Amino acid sequence: MTFKYNNVYVTDTATVTGPYEAKGPLSKYFDHSYEDLYFGQKTWEQAESKSISDAVDILLDKVGMTRFDIDTFISGDLLNQITASSYAGANMPASYIGVYAACATSTLGLTIGANMIESSEASKIICTTSSHNNAAEKQYRYPVEYGGPKPKTTTFTSTGSAAILLSNQKSDIKVTSATLGTVIDSTITDIYNMGAVMTPAAADTIYKHLKETGRTIDYYDLILTGDLGIYGKKMLREYLQLEYGLVLKNYNDTGVMLYDLEKQPVYAGASGPATAPLVTYGYILDQMKKGKLNKVLLVATGALMSPTMTNQKLSIPAIAHAVSLEAI
Amino acid sequence: MEKTKYKNLVNKHTPKEDVFYNAIIAFITGGIMGIIGQGLIDFYAYYLTISTKEATVCMLVTLIFISCLFTSLGFFDKWVNFAKCGLIIPITGFAHATMSAALEYRKEGMVLGVGANMLKLSGAVIIFGVVSAWTFSVIRMLVGAI
Repeated sequence: MTFKYNNVYVTDTATVTGPYEAKGPLSKYFDHSYEDLYFGQKTWEQAESKSISDAVDILLDKVGMTRFDIDTFISGDLLNQITASSYAGANMPASYIGVYAACATSTLGLTIGANMIESSEASKIICTTSSHNNAAEKQYRYPVEYGGPKPKTTTFTSTGSAAILLSNQKSDIKVTSATLGTVIDSTITDIYNMGAVMTPAAADTIYKHLKETGRTIDYYDLILTGDLGIYGKKMLREYLQLEYGLVLKNYNDTGVMLYDLEKQPVYAGASGPATAPLVTYGYILDQMKKGKLNKVLLVATGALMSPTMTNQKLSIPAIAHAVSLEAI
Repeated sequence: MEKTKYKNLVNKHTPKEDVFYNAIIAFITGGIMGIIGQGLIDFYAYYLTISTKEATVCMLVTLIFISCLFTSLGFFDKWVNFAKCGLIIPITGFAHATMSAALEYRKEGMVLGVGANMLKLSGAVIIFGVVSAWTFSVIRMLVGAI
């Protein structure tokens, strides 16, 4: 399902990261980076929640507003019961919507926020998305200090939080449309190959977005997928061509942009809900404001993985939501 | 896309693991572990003037202690990641798995955190170790009776 917007703008964004992201190639585009993984808190889960509050504070500071000026706060993360978001929400006087679409959470939040602004139900909405490497490893995989070897297709969950303020006030970045994806059964059961899990969902959403907006693939200066990683990128190119006859030209994946893949031990690249918004809000929007990019389609991709269901030998479902941004 | 067709596409773009290289690394590091273990047994047997059987227990305790200490100090996971089965299969792997889980859940309390979770990874080793030991004992008993 695709929505078109005439009245939704990005007022500003804020990004907070952990130490690994600060050592990556995009470090200068982030507003704040912590030197350790605790962010001054006692646990990783609390650290993740703090990173959301920090991103909101930095964002409000940038635009000269207070928490009381915000109508709705939309947030999502990777922890069970989207805990990090709920605890950050406790500090916000705004109405709260908790969202979950695994690593596609950022664009799901953006779509809901944009719809609310377009229908004049709200005028200032903050959407945040976060993830924390250690908290995610603990919940989904093995203890952090456990050093069992991992396959090359493994991705590395990013640490950080990204916040965006949407409003009906004109600015230089406009949200022009959004496509909500459908859940696609990837038929893949390998929890260490998330690129393969999310590729069919990404392709499906890109195809539907182009079809429903009547745009061609060349309409965009850049199509950006969430966290397919090095190998998922190749899979998506071939999948789109074989299945839909679409050839990706101006294409990249935020999972391969966040870290220095040569020097940092992140295997196939970055993953996690924070990956797509950290790269987009930090780096891509900056490029758009400088006039280097005009039209960008962000397709955040999420593996809706549950360790319980993969232990029950079921394949992993995936989803992708797309949001188009244009510089004006 | 059809399931098998997609599986082929995925396999085409999924890099192969270096099984041979990993096996060589594990062979060498595992061999070094064996030498260290034997060295410890000889050391304890000679200096404490105890039997080889008792010295073996002392060797195991030493290796468990060192693995747990190094895991707690935060660098043993990198060694395990490099050595792979060379450090996972010996008692060091068992100690590492238990200790890393204990560290992970320390913040959730001694009982519900450490107590309930420290055997999360290594519990299976204990269960199947006991079950297989029992099975082989039964077989040995039956074979011995014939």
